[in-house]
Amino acid sequence: MSKKPDFRVPELNDSLEVPKVKDGTMAHSKPFISKPELNLALGYPEELIDNWQEVAINKLGDMVNNSRALRVYMDTCVKCGACTDKCHYFLGTGDKNNMPVARQDLLRSVYKRHYTLAGKYLPKLVGAEDLDEQMLDKWYTYYHQCSQCRRCSVYCPFGIDTSEVSMAARDIMQTIGKSQKYCTEIIGKVHKLGNNLGLPAPALADTLEGLEEDLLDDINVPVKLPLDVAGAEVLLVTPSADFFAEPHVDGLIGYAKVFHQAGISWTLSSHASEAANFGLFTGSMGNMQKIAIRIREAAQELGVKRIVFGECGHAWRVAYNHLDKLAGPFDFLDRRYPLPQHMVEVTHDLIEQGRLRLDRSANDAKRVTYHDSCNVARASRMGSKPGGQFSIPRDVINASCNYFYEMPRNTTKEATFCCGGGGGLLTDDLLELRVKGALPRMQALKQVNDKHHITHMAAICAICKSQFAKVLPYYGFEMDQIISLHQLVGDALVFSAEG
Amino acid sequence: MSDSIEVGGRTLATDEEGYLEQHSDWAPDVALAMAAIDDCELTDSHWAVINFLREYYEEYEIAPAVRILTKAIGKKLGKEYGNAKYLYDLYPQGPAKQACKYAGLPKPTGCV
Repeated sequence: MSKKPDFRVPELNDSLEVPKVKDGTMAHSKPFISKPELNLALGYPEELIDNWQEVAINKLGDMVNNSRALRVYMDTCVKCGACTDKCHYFLGTGDKNNMPVARQDLLRSVYKRHYTLAGKYLPKLVGAEDLDEQMLDKWYTYYHQCSQCRRCSVYCPFGIDTSEVSMAARDIMQTIGKSQKYCTEIIGKVHKLGNNLGLPAPALADTLEGLEEDLLDDINVPVKLPLDVAGAEVLLVTPSADFFAEPHVDGLIGYAKVFHQAGISWTLSSHASEAANFGLFTGSMGNMQKIAIRIREAAQELGVKRIVFGECGHAWRVAYNHLDKLAGPFDFLDRRYPLPQHMVEVTHDLIEQGRLRLDRSANDAKRVTYHDSCNVARASRMGSKPGGQFSIPRDVINASCNYFYEMPRNTTKEATFCCGGGGGLLTDDLLELRVKGALPRMQALKQVNDKHHITHMAAICAICKSQFAKVLPYYGFEMDQIISLHQLVGDALVFSAEG
Repeated sequence: MSDSIEVGGRTLATDEEGYLEQHSDWAPDVALAMAAIDDCELTDSHWAVINFLREYYEEYEIAPAVRILTKAIGKKLGKEYGNAKYLYDLYPQGPAKQACKYAGLPKPTGCV
C-alpha cells in the first residue's frame, strides 16, 4: 500500500452489510478530464463545445432510435428497487447515485424530458430533467462510478442493463468534448503502437527474450514466447499487462508452458499486442472496431489458423460478442476451432484430451479461491455448454491444485462482484472509488479465508489482477495473494518429451 | 496537485499526478525534488532503480516490465534485492509508478 489514504477504508465484518443511503458521499470522485490532443486524436472535440446541450440531446435521440435496447432501458424501469443493493460501488460507498436505478435515472430523466410526451409538457410529474451543467457534472461523476459489470441487470426483472446506459452516457460525453483521460490516452496508444502500454515492438521482443532466459534458468526447459512468427498455428492475443505487470506475467508464462508441452505452434503479434479493447468502456463502436481490426490484420499477415485470447475480461466480452461483426469475416481461419477461443478453454481441452500432465501437489502450498471476472461471468460464455464460463476455469483450477475453496454463493458465478476497477476505472485518480468498490469482494474473500485460510485468489482478467494487487493491502491482505489462473497451471505442469 | 514542479529555479510542466511532461526536462535534482514532496529520502538503492529506468527508457522508449527491473536490480545490488517486495519497500507507491515518476518517465498506462 502507498501512503496513508485520505479516505476511510470500509471495515470487513462477518458478512456484507447494506449501507444506509446517503446523498453525495462520492460526488467529489471524478476521473481526470482528457487532454485536448488526446480527444482530437480520437476524432472528438478538443474540449466541451459551445452548443454541447443541443449536440448531446440530439445524440441521445439518435442512440435511442438506433438501439431498441437502449430505448427499452429508458422506458421500462418501474422503480421496483430490486437493483438498489446490488452494485459494489453502492455497497462500498452508500452514495444514492450509485444505486443502479439512480444511475440510470441520470440519463433517463433527460431522455424523458426530450423524447416522451409527458416529459415535454409535464416534466416535474414524470421526473424529467433538463440537461444543464449540474446534470452534465453528475453524468461525468456517476457514469465514471459504474464498472459496466452487469451485476444489477441480473436482478432487474426487466433485464435493464446499466452497463449499456453508462456506455451510452460516456459516448454522448465524448461526442461533446468531455472525455476521461485514462481511456482516451490508452485508446490513442493502441491505435498508434498496438497496445495500452505504448510498448514498442523492440521492447516487447526484449521482454519476451528475457522471460525465455528466465524460464530456461528456472525449469531447464526451452519454453519459447514467439513474436511475429509467420505460419504459427495460433495467434495469442493477450492484454499487454501480461508483458509488464505482476502477477500477470506468470499467467503469460503459464500459457507458454501449455503451448510448449502440447506441441502447438503459436505466436504473439507486435501489431495486435493488446487484447483489451477500451472502445467498449467509452461506448465507441468506431474505436472498438479499429482496435479489433488490428487482430484480424495480424492474423492474416501471420497466416495463423486460430485466434486465442489470454486472460482479459472485457477483451473476451468484446471478442466473444463482437469480433466477427467488428472485424470479420474470419473465413481464412481453421473452422474446426471456435472463434474466438479462450486460453482457459484451450488448456481445459488439452487436459481432457490427456495432452497435459498436471501434478496438483506442486501447488500444495497454496489454498486457492477463484474470483469470477464480471465480463467473463455475465457478459460472455465459454466453451460449448451453458455455464462453461463458470465450470471451465474451475475444472482447470481443480486439475492444477488440491486445495480449492469457493467464496460465498451470492458472490460467485453470475452473482460475482466486480473487482472494483473495471470499465475504464482502473486509474489512480479514482483510487478511493476503487478501494471502496472492492469491499464486497474483499468481504467475500475474508469469509472464505476465515474458514479455509486462503493463500491465493486466482483470476482471469488483467484489470482484476492489477486492481487486487493494489487494493488487497487496504483490507489487510497481501498484494501478491492475487495470481493468474495460468500460474497455477504452469506451476503444476509436468514436462516430458512425450507430452 | 499543481501541474508544474519548481526545481532549482526552473518551472517544469507535469501532469496532474506530478509526472514530467517533457522527459528531457529531467535532471537528478528533479528526482530529489519529487522525492521531497513524498517525504522520501533517496538512497543509493533508490538511485540504482532510477538510473536503470532511465537507461532502459533511452533504449526502448518505455519503462521496463517489473520483472526486467527486478532482475536488473538483483544483478546490481545482489540477488536478495532482486524481488518485487524489495522494490515496494523502496517505492511504496509501486516501482512502476513512483520510480518512473522520479526518473522523469511517463506514467505506465493500461491495465497495470
